[in-house]
Amino acid sequence: MSTSTAPRDAVDATSRARDLLGVSRLTNDSLTSWLHGLPGVDQVGCEARAAMLGTRSIKTTSKAWAIDTAISMIDLTTLEGADTAGKVRGLCAKALTPDATDMSTPRPAAVCVYGDMVPFAREVLGTSSGVNIAAVATAFPSGRASMAVKLADTRDAVANGADEIDMVIDRGAFLSGRYLDVFNEIAQVKEACGSARLKVIMETGELVTYDNVRRASWLSMLAGGDFIKTSTGKVSPAATLPVTVVMLEAVRDWLQLTGEMVGVKPAGGIRTSKDAIKFLVAVSEVAGDDWLDPHWFRFGASSLLNDLLLQRQRMRTGAYSGPDYVTDDSPSLY
Amino acid sequence: MAKFEYAPAPESRAVVNLKPSYGLFIGGEFTESEGGSAFKSISPSSEEVLAEVTEASSADVDRAVDAARRAFTGTWGRMSGADRGKYLFRIARILQERAREFAVLESLDNGKPIRESRDVDVPLAAAHFFYHAGWADKLEYASLGPNPRPHGVVGQVIPWNFPLLMLAWKIAPALAAGNTVVLKPAETTPLTALLFAEVCQQADLPAGVVNIVTGAGATGQAIVDHPGIDKLAFTGSTGVGKMIARAIAGTRKKATLELGGKAANIIFDDAPIDQAVEGIVNGIFFNQGHVCCAGSRLLVQESIAEEVEARLKRRLSTLRVGDPLDKNTDVGAINSKAQLQRITELTAAGEAEGATRWSPECELPSKGFWFRPTVFTGVSQTHRIAQEEIFGPVLSVLTFRTPHEAVAKANNTPYGLSAGVWTEKGSRILWMADQLRAGVVWANTFNKFDPTSPFGGYKESGYGREGGRHGLEAYVTTGDTK
Repeated sequence: MSTSTAPRDAVDATSRARDLLGVSRLTNDSLTSWLHGLPGVDQVGCEARAAMLGTRSIKTTSKAWAIDTAISMIDLTTLEGADTAGKVRGLCAKALTPDATDMSTPRPAAVCVYGDMVPFAREVLGTSSGVNIAAVATAFPSGRASMAVKLADTRDAVANGADEIDMVIDRGAFLSGRYLDVFNEIAQVKEACGSARLKVIMETGELVTYDNVRRASWLSMLAGGDFIKTSTGKVSPAATLPVTVVMLEAVRDWLQLTGEMVGVKPAGGIRTSKDAIKFLVAVSEVAGDDWLDPHWFRFGASSLLNDLLLQRQRMRTGAYSGPDYVTDDSPSLY
Repeated sequence: MAKFEYAPAPESRAVVNLKPSYGLFIGGEFTESEGGSAFKSISPSSEEVLAEVTEASSADVDRAVDAARRAFTGTWGRMSGADRGKYLFRIARILQERAREFAVLESLDNGKPIRESRDVDVPLAAAHFFYHAGWADKLEYASLGPNPRPHGVVGQVIPWNFPLLMLAWKIAPALAAGNTVVLKPAETTPLTALLFAEVCQQADLPAGVVNIVTGAGATGQAIVDHPGIDKLAFTGSTGVGKMIARAIAGTRKKATLELGGKAANIIFDDAPIDQAVEGIVNGIFFNQGHVCCAGSRLLVQESIAEEVEARLKRRLSTLRVGDPLDKNTDVGAINSKAQLQRITELTAAGEAEGATRWSPECELPSKGFWFRPTVFTGVSQTHRIAQEEIFGPVLSVLTFRTPHEAVAKANNTPYGLSAGVWTEKGSRILWMADQLRAGVVWANTFNKFDPTSPFGGYKESGYGREGGRHGLEAYVTTGDTK
């Protein structure tokens, strides 16, 4: 396993895709044949597999390990129109000290904010906290803007100091079969990222079928995404376990094909420790333990952190406390 | 080595209250045997003795059949269907309420993982009682023929692979149709049937409607040969099924036989591969392969054989073999020493005949009866492991080139209980289902059971159906009153 923090080599995505597809020119037709040649996903079987993984019983020492691992994999997120510098500072303070009653609590992997909020996050997090700053870009969450705007959005976030970029794909293009457009979009954003790692949000809730999730996953990896991510959090359903299973199968098979590891980030709708542990079980049993590392697996979440902290306190003290015994730096406005 | 080690998560045994010894459940009470002996039921995962059980004598079987006859001519035979339904609903509810107790006891006595007894055996057993409770007052509308009525006293002999579930498959339709029952559970797994006897008492089921006589082959033989039995229902090996068919030839006894299988699980090159791999695993490693309809022959299209094999092996290396009561166990213990010997012998024959043997690395407990999940590749139709029912966690992999070849190979067996077809092409599923001589054909899934769906075999896999409206037919006689 490699845990180097460098992003995937920004090789020319098009020439590598030509190699993998065995074609002299990358066209929409050649991409279509390749993506549609992937094995189908049977919905019933896929959901049954996810449900079975959800029955694993994780207790005592393995539960303690899973809780700490899950905390360290969180991209602590605020993506509201109402976000302010104050709210982002609060979120970052929480990331630095998730639980003031127990300083051994691991920090989350990153905070995830809009691009214009990156400087405020950097003020609090500095450069040596170990907590990365991820910024959403490319006209998040809809992705409905011209390529020039999307690239400018990306460059702006990177210039503000983002370590990671969470982009959205053009779901309209994907659903209408314009795979080459989606490919070019990702490849260009990847180039604009420079040394920042790129997470590709597929918005699986809008892709609807598992076949589409599998194809979008492969397309995103082919175009150079460092991570494949389920959702913006603005569309329901967001990160479901079966969708994540399909994505974990994709990164596992991609490693087999190319020797490269790609990360996975379910985001949206994962709120409880119990749910988070089910995802870790799926990571372990579907993709393998190499992915059980914040470099390769993330949770896009906000309220999940406090539930994990409550469970962590419960394991330490033997008693449940309550929501007022974990700090909440970003309570809802509404 | 693994980062994410699952800590032991054992289900508590405290919920089960076993008596040191059990008598026979005859006429609504536990009674001492008349001249029978005793045997021990052990836990196959630890060889620990769980309880002492009675081996019923033929005099005991006489008493049980008499009790069943009295119940049939007395209370049960005269009761309205609606009232019979109430008792069946009550039994179903009690099974649900005591589900954990049944699941733990089943895993202790049988060796199967608690995940399966908890999520499959016990809920399905309750579902069979619920389903048949609904039929009890609607038999005239089930298209069974004119004037459907019960046979009388039904003798039932069930196997050790799904002890409670097979009991439910047998008892629920028999009672719904108005019959009374003498049932013999398998000698290695009698305990959930005895717990079910307690449920009958708890439900105030009239005395003698259900009688449970424990024992081995001789007790079963006494039931089969008993002149007071009107109908027999048997699930078990083809060998014993043939003996039963011979024994009742020329008598007025009716019979349904659900026997062995050597099912083909057929994977086409356009199959949903990841789910097909799950289906292969579920097909042969569910319940340690102790399943008559297990997908023990994998027929995979040659063009994807290597890929499927690689994916299957990777998946098998994540199977968790061990303590049946651990909630994370996927594969439990082999049910008995005798069965372990049979599996060992047949797998040795597979190697001797030239097939390539593979098992994932996994530690096996030192006590009890255990067998690693095993895959044989390079298997031919002529190999014993492709022909004989192994009834264990052993998969034989064969290949085919065309749909016709797949059908020919799948049908080239004396058995015909089940088959699986994996392809994204709907028309091919329908064509295959039409061609396959198997009682159940699963499409893009395997080992799915439901009380509304009939189950049964072609050829040496037996005759008659269980479950659904078709299963009811076996428990009624129709036409003019004799």
